[in-house]
Amino acid sequence: MTPADVDNRIRALVEPFNKKGIAIEDATTFAGDLEFDSLTVMDFVAEIEDAFDVIISMNQQAEIENWGQLVAAVHKLQDS
Amino acid sequence: MSETLTTAQPVDLLSKFDPIIQTREQLLAAGVEDPFNLVMEQVLSPTRAICNGRDTILLGTYNYMGMTFDPDVIAAGKEAMESFGAGTTGSRVLNGTFRDHRDVEAALREFYGMDHAMVFSTGYQANLGIISTLAGKGDYIILDIDSHASIYDGCAMGKAEVVPFKHNDIEALEKRLKRIPEGAGKLVVLEGVYSMMGDVAPLKEMVRIAKENGAMVLVDEAHSMGFIGEHGRGVAEEQGVLDDVDFIIGTFSKSVGTVGGFCVSNHPKFEVMRLVCRPYVFTAALPPSVMASSATSIRKLMHGGNKRAHLWENSRTLHKGLIDLGFKLGTETPQSAIIAVIMPDLERGAMMWEALLKEGLYVNLARPPATPAGMTLLRCSLCAEHSAEQVQTILGMFERAGKAIGII
Repeated sequence: MTPADVDNRIRALVEPFNKKGIAIEDATTFAGDLEFDSLTVMDFVAEIEDAFDVIISMNQQAEIENWGQLVAAVHKLQDS
Repeated sequence: MSETLTTAQPVDLLSKFDPIIQTREQLLAAGVEDPFNLVMEQVLSPTRAICNGRDTILLGTYNYMGMTFDPDVIAAGKEAMESFGAGTTGSRVLNGTFRDHRDVEAALREFYGMDHAMVFSTGYQANLGIISTLAGKGDYIILDIDSHASIYDGCAMGKAEVVPFKHNDIEALEKRLKRIPEGAGKLVVLEGVYSMMGDVAPLKEMVRIAKENGAMVLVDEAHSMGFIGEHGRGVAEEQGVLDDVDFIIGTFSKSVGTVGGFCVSNHPKFEVMRLVCRPYVFTAALPPSVMASSATSIRKLMHGGNKRAHLWENSRTLHKGLIDLGFKLGTETPQSAIIAVIMPDLERGAMMWEALLKEGLYVNLARPPATPAGMTLLRCSLCAEHSAEQVQTILGMFERAGKAIGII
């Protein structure tokens, strides 16, 4: 999958969690802009993990603050 | 010279806690007694104390088996203090292992029927030490998202990759185990009873799945030791999987009625942990009186069948009574000695907590981040020494307070 494909697929997954319909760009942050709490993060991460058959450990999650970083991380994980 | 020294503006490292200070001030400004600053001026028994000047029934102490005032437990502690002194002033691996440290480890081996036992200064340190030492960089820890802070802190200290799964979700655990790279070390960390809601884990299935996927298993039985399972060994015993669990973590500060933590195991190389586990090595050993009291208590718990039965009776009566009154509880059925009453929000939770305290009842006010899903809980933990009459008194207090605050 190309980074653009990964982006599209995660965009579909994030929709039910993006309650305020915030326009998402690479710099959009999860904690700040999307107001994700720890429970939302867990559910959202679980959706991505199942869709891509990968593991995003808490250690990796700690390094991901915005949308662009998430897409890059998932792209890298599904390649490995 | 002095001017250049004073020009640098110091960053106040405590300012990051301003939101917490504000929340607390708002709560206290509303006139509520500080839920996190309660003082017990006198402790009358395992179930009664003078709290903030009032005679109070204790329903939030984790003193499940009421061993704190057991005459044999007290006598053993006194004898050890008089013979061995007030403290050890040393690490277990240097000058801090006395007769009774060895004896309490023997008592644990007898209690669990296991080959090895290692005692830590607290339950927190037992999790911190064992988890961080077992799983290091490059290993994977798969754990329930609702795990206790001591488990998370152990994970962070060991620098393993931490993979949480949804609370008590067997399928979520299995999926994650199967995605872990081949050849990596894997430790599955579970709890027997989860202390916030008082619910029990499906250990039978989870331990089987962990083993099928080549993982080692650690179960924290802090809230089940002493009264769950035929011999009080916990949920793993109750569900018939104790032999498949590699490490059991427990504490003395609940059913045992003292303080301390432990790990028991049948692993043939377990004793090496005493040399490599930093929270075991780099801290002072518990006082001899605590060790002697603990050993006596553990051996008495092995024969606590009647007390166990009464504790379960109390748990069932309180659970049903609270449901009948219209309270929302954390579990549909009584699963342990913890009953969590779900509050609509922190403000009314604190008001209800205070109303109960004024009625003469102490429960734990639990709130985020300790609680799951951002909930505010009034957590009740029952004791085998609560009389049937006290449980009825407690229900009356909940009814009056709940109506006054408008929760029921």
